[in-house]
Amino acid sequence: MAIARRPPPELFKLSTNTWTQPFWDATARHELVAAQCTDCGHFRMPPTPFCPCCQSQRITWTPLSGRGEVYSYTVVARAIMPGMNAHLPYVPAVITLEGAGGIRLISNVVDVAVADIRVGMPVQVVWDDVDGQGVAVPRFVPVTAG
Amino acid sequence: MRDKTAIVGLGATPYYRRGASAPQTLEELVGKSILAAVQDAGLRVQDIDGFAYFAGGFDTAMLTETLGIPEIRFTATLTGTGGGSAGAIGLAAAAILSGQAETVVCVGANQQGAQRFGAITAAYPATPENAFFSASGLVGPGHMFALLARRHMHLYGTTREDFAEVAMAIRANAVANPNATLRKPMTREDYFNAPMLADPHCLFDFCLENDGAVAVIVTSAERARDLRQKPVRVLAGHHGGSRDWGRSIYWMNMPDESFASSGHAAVAKRLYAAAGVEPKDIDTAQIYDHFTSQVIMQLEDYGFCAKGEGGAFVRSGAIRLKGGSLPVNTDGGQLSCGYVWGMTHVREAVEQLRGTAVNQVPDARLALVTGGPSIIPVSGLILGN
Repeated sequence: MAIARRPPPELFKLSTNTWTQPFWDATARHELVAAQCTDCGHFRMPPTPFCPCCQSQRITWTPLSGRGEVYSYTVVARAIMPGMNAHLPYVPAVITLEGAGGIRLISNVVDVAVADIRVGMPVQVVWDDVDGQGVAVPRFVPVTAG
Repeated sequence: MRDKTAIVGLGATPYYRRGASAPQTLEELVGKSILAAVQDAGLRVQDIDGFAYFAGGFDTAMLTETLGIPEIRFTATLTGTGGGSAGAIGLAAAAILSGQAETVVCVGANQQGAQRFGAITAAYPATPENAFFSASGLVGPGHMFALLARRHMHLYGTTREDFAEVAMAIRANAVANPNATLRKPMTREDYFNAPMLADPHCLFDFCLENDGAVAVIVTSAERARDLRQKPVRVLAGHHGGSRDWGRSIYWMNMPDESFASSGHAAVAKRLYAAAGVEPKDIDTAQIYDHFTSQVIMQLEDYGFCAKGEGGAFVRSGAIRLKGGSLPVNTDGGQLSCGYVWGMTHVREAVEQLRGTAVNQVPDARLALVTGGPSIIPVSGLILGN
């Protein structure tokens, strides 16, 4: 049974700005945080310069539990560009983050049988350190008992 | 805007398979389609005084120089990407109505020898925004829209049988079209035997990757009466979209009620109101079919069926040329005829309303054209004869 692997690591290209840097700084510590408006409490991800609800620019970086659930996913089992074959199959997924007002992160479900992945599946974050860049990429695995 | 402008000229290059347009350059394909369009209109290239583009457009300075256009009075592009293909006609109409130009070209073209659109997101430059999806391995739009398709299946019970019906119905239209890239009829078995590229999207849920160019000429309705072709009236051409849709596939934080959609609902509402027509009045729809699942979601957003009932709608045979209430993508669409960033849909709507289409819908009077579900702006166009 095919296990969900990780996409080619070279696809990740780190670039940051004032508004996104704190998210990536937290990944280095293996902490999942989300941008929350300091004034009205609305969460927004990816982080942007203004709160869409009150237009405030004040952000609180709220630590999250790292748990969530699969909102949707796709299974990539066929290479459409060079270098992909060794990494198939992988599962890009949209994850609804727990305790963050319903915001979602684009990530992957990994290390589980592809056939067992479902919309609504409870998941928890795991971290893949990125060589030489001082950050980590969040990915998700099914929640384990306990 | 209603009835003040018209499409009077239509020009296109052949639809080449990806890379097969070489050694022609992209600008050359664009120029050939423009020259064909002015000739079709009974105009001269020297009459062109405006360009209205989408997706960033082309190099107006270079085109003006090389084609020998004496003076340009209007050149502008919609922002965004393929979402604006239908809306570019509205931009041209706006230029004409405001008196800034009289003879405006809308043109779309692509050449995919060097960069496949199918893997284009992996080729985007590193930006702070892209860093939030690049690691996930969503390397092409087909991967991204598969996430919307899965959610639609989850919420509404849509199935791959429904996607198959879209692919087969549109392929059936391509069979008779000599311009079409894929003309072999598709069976249900063909569909389910196709390789799965981004589950639930298989090969036949994806559009083609072609090279080619399509151009149309827009002018005032008054002037259109004196030209060679039967005018195709612009009833409404709108672009835009709601905040909830926003960056859509590059963001994936659309509220649940709009996530599994095409993002067209807001534009559709304004389009019908501006045209003074309703969904039931549309005789044929040319719907941006980069993915079968997005045809289903656009049918919902344009009100041909209720939200969530797009699967049942296509399963009823409604989009079939033979026996359907709303023949869709009558040329074979981007799935089977040719992919030129949505401009093939404008072409087919014009041919239907002129009465010259290969798969003519009897007594076609009103046609809907949609731009690509993508980041906003998305767009729509209602044409009449």
